[in-house]
Amino acid sequence: MDFTFTEDQLLFREAIGRFLSTEASPENLRDIWSNEQAPIDNLLEQICAQGLSALSIPEANGGLGMGDIAWSLMTQELGYYAVVDQLADAAYVGAGLISALPNTVALKAEYLDKICEGKLRLAIGHECSPLVADAQLAGVLLMQHNNEVHIVSPDNVRITPNASIDTSRRLAQVDWQPSDKTCAASGEEGQIIWQETLNRGALSVAGQLLGLAQRMLDLSVEYSLQRKQFGKEIGSFQAVKHQLADVAGKIEIAKPVLYRAACSLENKHPLSDIHVSQARNFCNDAAALAARHSIQVHGAMGYTWEVDLQMYMKRSWALNNTWGDSTCHQARVQNYVLNTDVDLAPSKTFEVMS
Amino acid sequence: MELTFSKEQQNFRLEVREWLAANVPKQKLPTYDTKEGFELHRQWEKKLFDATLSMVMWPTKYGGRGCDLIDWLIFEEEYYGAGAPGRVNQNGQLLLGSTIMEFGTAEQKARFLPKMASSEDMWAQAWSEPNAGSDMANISSKAELHGDHYIINGQKTWSTRAIYADWAFGLFRSEAGSKRHHGLSFLLVPLDAEGVTIRPIKALDGEDAFAEIFFDNVKVPVENRIGDDGQGWHVAMATAGFERGLLLRSPARFQQPARRLVKLYRDNKAVADRDASIGAAVAKCWSDAEAYALSAYNTVGRVNNGEKIGAESSLNKIFWSELDLLIFQTAMDILGATGQLLRSAELAKEQAYWLDGFLFAQAGPIYAGTNEIQRNIVAERVLGLPKK
Ligand SMILES: Cc1cc2nc3c(=O)[nH]c(=O)nc-3n(C[C@H](O)[C@H](O)[C@H](O)COP(=O)(O)OP(=O)(O)OC[C@H]3O[C@@H](n4cnc5c(N)ncnc54)[C@H](O)[C@@H]3O)c2cc1C
Repeated sequence: MDFTFTEDQLLFREAIGRFLSTEASPENLRDIWSNEQAPIDNLLEQICAQGLSALSIPEANGGLGMGDIAWSLMTQELGYYAVVDQLADAAYVGAGLISALPNTVALKAEYLDKICEGKLRLAIGHECSPLVADAQLAGVLLMQHNNEVHIVSPDNVRITPNASIDTSRRLAQVDWQPSDKTCAASGEEGQIIWQETLNRGALSVAGQLLGLAQRMLDLSVEYSLQRKQFGKEIGSFQAVKHQLADVAGKIEIAKPVLYRAACSLENKHPLSDIHVSQARNFCNDAAALAARHSIQVHGAMGYTWEVDLQMYMKRSWALNNTWGDSTCHQARVQNYVLNTDVDLAPSKTFEVMS
Repeated sequence: MELTFSKEQQNFRLEVREWLAANVPKQKLPTYDTKEGFELHRQWEKKLFDATLSMVMWPTKYGGRGCDLIDWLIFEEEYYGAGAPGRVNQNGQLLLGSTIMEFGTAEQKARFLPKMASSEDMWAQAWSEPNAGSDMANISSKAELHGDHYIINGQKTWSTRAIYADWAFGLFRSEAGSKRHHGLSFLLVPLDAEGVTIRPIKALDGEDAFAEIFFDNVKVPVENRIGDDGQGWHVAMATAGFERGLLLRSPARFQQPARRLVKLYRDNKAVADRDASIGAAVAKCWSDAEAYALSAYNTVGRVNNGEKIGAESSLNKIFWSELDLLIFQTAMDILGATGQLLRSAELAKEQAYWLDGFLFAQAGPIYAGTNEIQRNIVAERVLGLPKK
């Protein structure tokens, strides 16, 4: 029983954070938020040049074979710096999906190589959402049809962009036709792949939401130390203090829930679905409260386009309902607790059901 | 990260489980806020002690087993899971125990810890005074040093179970004219000493759960001082906040009622489901209790790696006290019109468990430092916001 990270994992997180603090600075983000495609390319190229796209590609395919546990630190950094969807979607969620495809799929190795080199943009269309992130940018689309996994070329689909409040997101409707030729996995195989992909996507979002919550809290603490009213920093007023303390509380309690879910997913724990949804519930809550209290602490400034808070806040609102909306994750946990016959004794927290 | 138990840990769990299955009284003991209940709980504690299960994480020479904190969490899961009696001496064992372990002399440890573990000595906390509640540094009870002893005068209040306890520990102003947290000494006072008067205070449930203690020229030998003269504040505060936060209320203490709440819901599903928010609240209670458990294992892991846990333990306290309120409020919502029934009522079955818990949950955000004070601490020491 050891609920901690290795020194390497922690150092890795720190290094990523340092790198992103310059490459994904608020100024760079603003560019991405206000322009179309070009600035995303710059950021993604920088990121791939650092080898970050190779993180979870299996070592046999030239990657680093990083697992979900380490990714739960990485996604928090991605959230903290509001890094666009494509990195986590390709390097983490997409890489996991492609790795899980049967080896008979001709393009599998090629795709893994390309992700590794940062040369493949991909988009994942899961039935949990009517919209596909980054469909416009993608070199390949991985689409769900019933339980089947389809690999679809952008040439054979109709893409209709739908603008999000998080303007760094590129969401689109994708009209496409499944066929035997596009089908890469079906039946039970496909079902397991999609189940795991939903969990990984949801966990990726959970980590990002937690990072976003921390960023909003940090911005608010900074603002409350600098803004003065009644001759004092507003951060000295108890009503302000308590709002921020409550955000800190939500963030602290969400962390271990996120880490346990990552551990479960990495080890294919039979309760991964539930653990991931629990993580989402806690991280959603943390981000939602961080957004609400942060804008309050910023006063009218918080309602402006000018203050950086807006980007992190809007992204948290958007992600809250990505890879499963908040209601669906609550329902998964609720159904498990209320409607199954499990023994919920205190001793069962880590016990694998047989 | 490796979230499975070792063979030794599993064996320890089974040993505790078996012992509890054979020894936990079948009939729930009467509340320890009565004389009879208090004594029955003392006997139970002795039984635990004889099986070296009363303070598993204490060194063997003080009556413990030298277990680590993971084992302690395991013990707690089994203990609460088995519905074993509440720990009547916990304010001594869990709060004072850690302090003596850190600041006591070898003699003091040998003198106080084993009898605390066996509950031959029962302990009451005596911090609060009529004018020193949240503002504990406003303590005015005095301790005048006269050679080898102090003479104590003043009043303490809200001292839990002091009416039946053998000893009290608290802070006294030992330097005349000193202010705030300076000039205080941490003293252990036998409650049968001459000049001690104890007056019970009836709590919300009508029992004498806490008491006022009056000191009228009470003589206390200097050997009963923990730490140096005038260093009492430091001693009282230094025992890692983590221990105060986590040890006092282990996750299993909330997981068990959350589990019972799920059962209450399942048994009364038709009634409960008239309001869809009830099912959601039940699931949240269970999930929050589990999150607290995960957080405890995470914290213990970090402590074992040598990390210091400071003011974030204030977040712990806010979390569990609010969770406790939610658990018992949700039970009340399910029980509806019968939730209010006392144990003696004809229609009451399981109700008394929920009503007792509901009443005591109201105190959670108040004792052990109110939640407002905890939020101040988090804002100032974790987030770095200005004091004034
Ligand atoms: C069940 C129970 C058992 C207890 N057991 C013991 C015991 O064994 N030994 C012991 O010594 N004490 C004990 N106490 C006392 C407890 O520690 C105090 O009640 C607590 O510290 C609060 O002090 P107070 O009651 O004087 O409230 P006050 O300090 O008067 O506070 C009243 C209200 O004002 C708020 N407030 C006060 N100051 C501030 C501030 N600076 N900022 C924001 N809000 C503020 C408080 O949060 C609270 O809501 C017990 C209390 C209870 C309820």
